[in-house]
Amino acid sequence: MATIEKTPVTGAGPFNGVLTWVDQRFPLVAMWKEHAAEYYAPKNFNFWYYFGSLAALVLVIQIASGIFLTMNYKPAAADAFASVEYIMRDVPGGWFIRYVHSTGASAFFICVYLHMVRGLMYGSYRKPRELLWIFGVLIYLCLMAEAFFGYLLPWGQMSFWGAQVIINLFGTVPLIGEPLAIWIRGDYNVSDATLNRFFALHVAAVPLVLIGLVAAHLMALHEVGSNNPDGVEIKKNIDPRSGHPVDGIPFHPYYTVKDTLGVAVFLIVFSAILFFSPEMGGYFLEANNFIPADPLKTPEHIAPVWYFTPFYAMLRAVPPLFGSQFPGVAVMGAGVIILFFLPWLDRGRVRSIRYRGPRWKRFFAFFVIAFLVLGYLGVEPTTVWGAFPNGAPVVGGDYVALWAARVLTIIYFAFFLLMPWYTANDREKAEPQRVTW
Amino acid sequence: MKKLLAIFLLAIPAVAFAQHGLQLERAPIDLHDKASLQRGAAIFVNHCLNCHSASAMRYARLQDLGLTEQQIKDNLLFTTEKIGDTMAASQDVKISKAAFGVVPPDLSLAARSRSADWLYTYLRSFYRDPKSKTGWNNTVFPNVAMPNVLWEYQGEQVMQVSERRDENTGDVTETHRLVIERPGSLDRGRYDQYVGDLVNYLVYMGEPAQTSRKMWGVVALFVLSFFFLLALLLKHEYWKDVR
Repeated sequence: MATIEKTPVTGAGPFNGVLTWVDQRFPLVAMWKEHAAEYYAPKNFNFWYYFGSLAALVLVIQIASGIFLTMNYKPAAADAFASVEYIMRDVPGGWFIRYVHSTGASAFFICVYLHMVRGLMYGSYRKPRELLWIFGVLIYLCLMAEAFFGYLLPWGQMSFWGAQVIINLFGTVPLIGEPLAIWIRGDYNVSDATLNRFFALHVAAVPLVLIGLVAAHLMALHEVGSNNPDGVEIKKNIDPRSGHPVDGIPFHPYYTVKDTLGVAVFLIVFSAILFFSPEMGGYFLEANNFIPADPLKTPEHIAPVWYFTPFYAMLRAVPPLFGSQFPGVAVMGAGVIILFFLPWLDRGRVRSIRYRGPRWKRFFAFFVIAFLVLGYLGVEPTTVWGAFPNGAPVVGGDYVALWAARVLTIIYFAFFLLMPWYTANDREKAEPQRVTW
Repeated sequence: MKKLLAIFLLAIPAVAFAQHGLQLERAPIDLHDKASLQRGAAIFVNHCLNCHSASAMRYARLQDLGLTEQQIKDNLLFTTEKIGDTMAASQDVKISKAAFGVVPPDLSLAARSRSADWLYTYLRSFYRDPKSKTGWNNTVFPNVAMPNVLWEYQGEQVMQVSERRDENTGDVTETHRLVIERPGSLDRGRYDQYVGDLVNYLVYMGEPAQTSRKMWGVVALFVLSFFFLLALLLKHEYWKDVR
């Protein structure tokens, strides 16, 4: 069979020959053009557009540092805690690898949360980007699973009791709850068996799914093209001579160099935390997790790591029904699942916050505040803001913070559930024809 | 956009407020003070290591503190330990458990789980309490199983309770104060220094690499600031023609 001769690669100097050889056997040039050199992205990306590439960078950092951690970590209840300290003390550069991984975990969520809020602000989930958004939410779900499984591995008090609490949540599911919890743990209690399977899930299963989803996310993005801070479609304005969008610029070199700048700033912040305050005041590494797991001693205050706390606060805010905590668990789960439906809840005619009407802006502001304050409340015990004075007409729950969390949970859901109404007739501004700076 | 950023910034202080009841005193931590760390290591080996272990800490690592292998062998190893061993308690765990009702916790990471200030305040807050099993109690850790091991140095404190009755309202306010009843071999200032050295060592032991970590941090930030500058110039060069 005759090979179809492609045009030889040029411009790579001494590598022209090799690259031509590869390109005739692999779609090298085509892929490079499709995803970099001829992927036209809007020219008006702002600050918020750094976090996609940064999240990808953190994924690479986590995988690389994770591989080195696995070389010395021992996934057994009797050895796990000591092996982490062995990495911290006896493995050359071990402390660096461990702090890269622990700081990276929080950095991942910071990047992903900022990336998601960007999507909300500029309507990046709107048609035709629904599937892109859904892949993103799946990545977020995967990331939560990855963080949860990984957090058990150091086998400290918070690891143990955090896992205990979260797995018990599955135990509240009606009918199948208890067998489900035992199936997850592989035991009647969080134990060696649990640690072993969580290790497998953390280092193999979930990362594989995560990488696959990230690839799908990028492929979907490059199929539909990037949104931008104005929310206008750049593909509507094609330059007739070049055939490319007038407001688009090739991803490479423009955004590769711009994202490199983002990487530099990110690495500076990341290093400042990693080298000078890896515990981040107890938010990235909790003090209680420096005590080995003790199944007989429940810590006074169990709180998940900061990135789960908004949902944890929702869980605690919902009062039990017929003695079952399941309603809280359902609400917490719904808090994440509802993100999937966002593209179909939004009925606004414009995408970007720049042209949205006052109603949407108000709901969005309340939503952001609710999420942040819920995050704070999830870290603290429900008693943090004190109790209502005696005799105050408060139903079920005496604590101020508990009621605050209830109101904020309602605001969180109202943002989504009322969206079809408040976006339908909002006083939106007219979108521009072209992107603005 | 600006409004949103303002909202984000306003939310940060809300997160920063977190109050805890106990008033802790500030421990005099200086990890560059090698003499203090060496004194602390000696105190630790002499007084803590009888019951507590430090299973993550190797004796040989004490070379970080400016000691030679020979000095460590001569001064800090007492029985059959090898220099490459981790610090084990000299007393059998079973005996400790029988004596105190609990296994004395491993102290490798005590400074990280409890904080330096907690340890510093705790070690200076023992007082005589005839009601407790050991004859000692502690204001920072009420009903702690551990007696005041350092009493020979600190002396014996007692809890002085004074009541004051407000003439107008009739409210009674109680004040609790620890006072030294029988002085030990060190006066107050020197005992604080003594405990300070010990806590300084415990902070070092919690993460022996922390001093070099910060040093590498300076190097990393230095290198990265060059990378940043380069990236900035490159970006400006490429983006000149984007209109």
